[in-house]
Amino acid sequence: MSISRIWAIFIRQFFLFKGNPTRLISIFIWLIVDIVQWGFITRYLATLGQATFSFVTFILGAIILFSFMTRIQQGIMMAFLEDIWSQNFINIFASPLRVKEYLSGLVLTSTTTSIVGFIVMVVIAGVAFGYSVFKLGMLLLPFMAILFFFGVAMGIFVSAIIFRLGPSAEWLGWPIPLVLSIFSGVYYPIGTLPPSLRIFSALVPPSYIFEGMRVILTKGVPAAGFASDLLIAALLTTAYLLLAALFFNRIYLRNLKSGSIARFNAEAL
Amino acid sequence: MRCLWGCSEDHIVEPHCLSAGHPYTANILHLTAACRIIGASMTDREILKIENLTKKFGPLTAVDHISFSVGSGEIIGLLGPNGAGKTTTINMVLGILEPTEGIIEILGHNVRQSGPELRKNMNFAAVYAHVPANLTVRQNLWVFGYLYETKNLRKRIAFLLEEFDLQDFADTKAGLLSSGELSRLNLAKAVINEPCLLLLDEPTASLDPSIAQIVREKIKNYVKRTGAGIVWTSHNMNEIEAVCDRVLFLSHGRVLLSGNPAALPSEHGKKDLEELFIAVAREPLVLKG
Repeated sequence: MSISRIWAIFIRQFFLFKGNPTRLISIFIWLIVDIVQWGFITRYLATLGQATFSFVTFILGAIILFSFMTRIQQGIMMAFLEDIWSQNFINIFASPLRVKEYLSGLVLTSTTTSIVGFIVMVVIAGVAFGYSVFKLGMLLLPFMAILFFFGVAMGIFVSAIIFRLGPSAEWLGWPIPLVLSIFSGVYYPIGTLPPSLRIFSALVPPSYIFEGMRVILTKGVPAAGFASDLLIAALLTTAYLLLAALFFNRIYLRNLKSGSIARFNAEAL
Repeated sequence: MRCLWGCSEDHIVEPHCLSAGHPYTANILHLTAACRIIGASMTDREILKIENLTKKFGPLTAVDHISFSVGSGEIIGLLGPNGAGKTTTINMVLGILEPTEGIIEILGHNVRQSGPELRKNMNFAAVYAHVPANLTVRQNLWVFGYLYETKNLRKRIAFLLEEFDLQDFADTKAGLLSSGELSRLNLAKAVINEPCLLLLDEPTASLDPSIAQIVREKIKNYVKRTGAGIVWTSHNMNEIEAVCDRVLFLSHGRVLLSGNPAALPSEHGKKDLEELFIAVAREPLVLKG
């Protein structure tokens, strides 16, 4: 792995932000809208009088963490799409850059923007709605780590799909987090789902995180078996990450054979 | 010991060949610095060697068992009508297209076995390969400098901006440059790593004659200074005659003719290279016979 080549992919994206600061708005605007909108929704729900717990605590916490994961995925996809839109693939893949260095560069880019976005969300949630994500204590670290790596796996997977099917498959990348949110228990406990759908939840690492978070915020301590749940989530995430990287590499090798890299642009595919 | 670096064809190295400033010495010194392949011999005359290279896309054979080599300081012209297999060949050398059959060696190393590392020693410019239009000239050079792990990058960029008359546009986005300026940026990018092998796919297409001549001179100077080998495709036969030491005519993926661009037309009863090109494009089989 060459740090210099990973850095090249990172600064390419950094220069884009520097050259056009309005791009920064796209990082923050959706996050801000999300947190403000859900902040008011939870505040309204709390006024209904039936609640025995704080909606703000549950939902805002989940929204912040879920947005963090989603931003990681979309950050990788957007950085990848940027190379498609600028028809830069030949230059990139004809250079000494290896696939793993390219992916590392995309992840580094996405991580930076997502962390900045996370900080913005935490600040807004704290100032506007009095919510602190740090209520989760030290468990916040493994929660974020699992969501981070799962977001990376999704980002690489979606990029591989676009690499295979062409830029017109870009639309596939946007709804994936929303589809996953159904099974992840972001907005409601997994028990709300019919038993047939709970099987899918068991395969989605974020479901373990959001379920665990809900228990911790209600009871103050993790549920029995929480450690093993966390371990399952970590193992699933590792497996998805490896599979996504292998999948991307397989598509790359396929494109090398078919000549798609040389022809890869929005008009051709 | 033979003079390997183009002071003239195949003569014995004389003491003067080893003096400072002589192409032999200069090229040895350059290749010592530039060729970073572990184990690559700096006295390897062949920069690029292609043997039986073939690419099939389903039933279509785009490149059909072609073989040729490029020596140090040599500019080889790849000619042929559209669809002859020139760009496909270049893409296989670049490593962005996998050959169906055949061997590509750069500095004696098989591309398949040591692809990414070998690419440190090569680079390319092509009309269809755009640098990101939303980055400035300087930013593009930074990005590609890091991609090729260029040493002393800041100095190198300053040198290239001056060498290719790009100082005035250094902070202009590539998408706002004229064709001539963009071609110069593509060339600056192509030599940022001081490659031993440079692949140029129609580097002067869409340029006016004056700028095209400047670009040709820059490339020729680069070859003279560094001893790099160049593969050059173009549809401009005057240009090919002016820059190439040897040409290969491709037709239907095969090498139909090869030789000195000045001598080749008369050898085949044609007035000039353009007439020969037209004959190859229209009646390749007649010519072959």
